[in-house]
Parts: sequence; structure tokens; C-alpha cells
Amino acid sequence: MAVPQQKLSPGYTLDRCDAVPRLLGTHEDFLIVTGLAGPSKDIAALTGDGNHVFTMAGAMGAATSMGLGLALAQPSRRVLVVTGDGELIMNVGSLATVAVTAPANFSMVCVDNGHYGETGYQQSHTGLGVDLEQMAIGAGFRWTSTVRDESELATASDLIRRDDAPVFVCLQVRPTDPPKAKRDMYPAHCRLRFRRTLLGHD
Amino acid sequence: MTNKPPPRPWATDLYNLLKANDVSQFAYVPDAGHREIIDLSIEDPSVHSIALTTEEEGVALLAGADLGGKRGVLLMQSSGVGNCVNFLSIPKGGRFPFLTIVSMRGDFGEGNPWQYPMGQAVEPVLQAMDVMTMRVDAPEDVVPTTTAAINAVFKTESSVAVLLTQKLLGAKAF
Repeated sequence: MAVPQQKLSPGYTLDRCDAVPRLLGTHEDFLIVTGLAGPSKDIAALTGDGNHVFTMAGAMGAATSMGLGLALAQPSRRVLVVTGDGELIMNVGSLATVAVTAPANFSMVCVDNGHYGETGYQQSHTGLGVDLEQMAIGAGFRWTSTVRDESELATASDLIRRDDAPVFVCLQVRPTDPPKAKRDMYPAHCRLRFRRTLLGHD
Repeated sequence: MTNKPPPRPWATDLYNLLKANDVSQFAYVPDAGHREIIDLSIEDPSVHSIALTTEEEGVALLAGADLGGKRGVLLMQSSGVGNCVNFLSIPKGGRFPFLTIVSMRGDFGEGNPWQYPMGQAVEPVLQAMDVMTMRVDAPEDVVPTTTAAINAVFKTESSVAVLLTQKLLGAKAF
């Protein structure tokens, strides 16, 4: 499914199936928490539903806060939250909580397609003009970026590996479907799998 | 800034109990009922004190702490329970341990009509999402009841809300 290009602002040109893997680079560098819908599929496809990944398929708005708790619990590991624009705007206050808590090992990527892709590509708030990077700056994030074309991917890939303050990257992509990916949809399985891999016990 | 009232002994005991049980993430939306624990967590360099913008963030945050092998507690007022409902899918569906301490309004002696609707809905709402509720009416019950809650949460991966009632906290004058 896709929406006509003329509805989009000029920034939305990247293909998420290409841009997300290039932005993340070596995904094993991170413990990853994703929100529901598109980003969960981007990351499940990239990592083969990896054991260092916790994806969600509900609790819309939870990914940023879950990543924050994980980052505080594991200060020696780099934590990456991958969320969508619709999910982030649902709990945009979580940007403020991250910024004031300020874990140095926390980065987030918002895959922003300007639409609610999962529910039929209704236009979202970013598609109507809301600037998530400015909201992150206002919350107090020191490191932010909006990636609009391929030339900015490499710099952003370095940025999400900074280790001195929380990082926010808005990755603007075309409103096209995420990759197909099989993943475990049972959260209790996913919890135990993640903990056994990271902690070596249940 | 106004002068703070003296700390209630049970509140200090409660903080020490949580710390003795390895709780290291204290997440909260401020409430007078939790003032000592919040202040103690801010002053304590050995724990994380996390000011939330809305209580539901705390439900997700504690699940993240658990993924990383750490324990946390969510401190909130009864009105915040209503903000958490959908996120309680995380502990219910994921068998994440979930401990919250709720300072009650809309409860015994309440004089603010805005507080009754959510205050009276706290227990049915929590129970609908499989969160056990344990009420505390007297200072001497704070530590034993919270100890029971800690055991249930962290030994059996359950969800428990300790409700600090207005019999314990007193009702705000209106």
C-alpha cells in the first residue's frame, strides 16, 4: 500500500527498507526496543527477530519509556529505541522524561513516514507539519538530526553511537510498507528470550 | 518554596524496604502522599529517580528495567491509575513484574468531588488488568503489606498495587 507522492512534503523520499538498515549499520551494537507496527517489522526483518531485540505489537506509545528503563538498567550497553511518528506523538512527553533523565547510552530513531501506515495510511501529525526533531530539541535532547536523503545516513549512523547524551534521529521515509518479517508475537516469550540472552537467566 | 512537613516514619521505612529489596528505579508523577520517597530517591546516588510526564510511561519503564535485570517501582496518585490502563497490557501479556504504590484520593473522607470518579474506580480498573490490590489503612501495616507485595511481584512475576488509603494519609481539607 502507498499513498500518492503529491500528498507528501519534499523530505519523504527515502525507502525505509533500504534506509533503516543503512542507518543502523551493525545492529548488534545495540540492545533494541521497538514500538508497534512498521518499526517492529523493519527491525524484525533486519535482525531476523534477534535475541537482542524486544518488539511490541500493542501498547502504542510505550517504546521510548521501555528503552529508557533498559538504558538505566544496563549502563554499559547502548540502547536504541526504534519507533514510528504516530507512536511517538502519542506519548511525546516521553521525550522530556528521557532528556531530563539523560542516560548517555540512549538513542532513538523515529521512522517518520507522515502517516499511520498500519491503519490505512491516514495522514499523521508529522505529515500535517509537526516537526519531531524540534520537539526533541525543546525537550532538551543535545544530539538531534532529521535525515531526509541518502547523503545524511552515514553521519546519523555515527550519531546514534554517541556515548555522551541521549540522541534523537528523525528518519523521514516514503509512506510505503515495511518489509515482511516473521517475529514472535508473544510478549512473555520475548521477555524471557531477551533476558536469557542478556542476563544468562530468566 | 514552602516549608515541608516533617517526614512520616512509615514513609522512610517504606523507602528503606524497597531499597533492601533491590529496587533501583523510582518512577513517579509527584504526589504529596509520596513526598518522602520521591525526595529520598532524588537524594540517593545509588538509585535512579525518574520524573515522568504521565504515569503510563512508568509502566513501560519498569518493563524496560526488568529486561535489563533491574527492579523498579511506580509511585502515583489514584488518578494516575486511569492513565495506565492500556500499558498494563505489558505486564499482563508479558509476565513482567509490576509494583506500584498508589496514594489514594476519592477515598475515605475526600472533599473534592473531582477525585471520587477515578478514586472509586481504582480497584476495579486494576483488577480488570490482573493487578492485585493491597490496601493499607494504618502506619504499622505499610511495611508488612509492601513486603507481601514485593514477594508476589518479584518472586512470581505478578502485578501488585499497594494502595495507601486516605485512612493512612488523611484527607486534604477543602
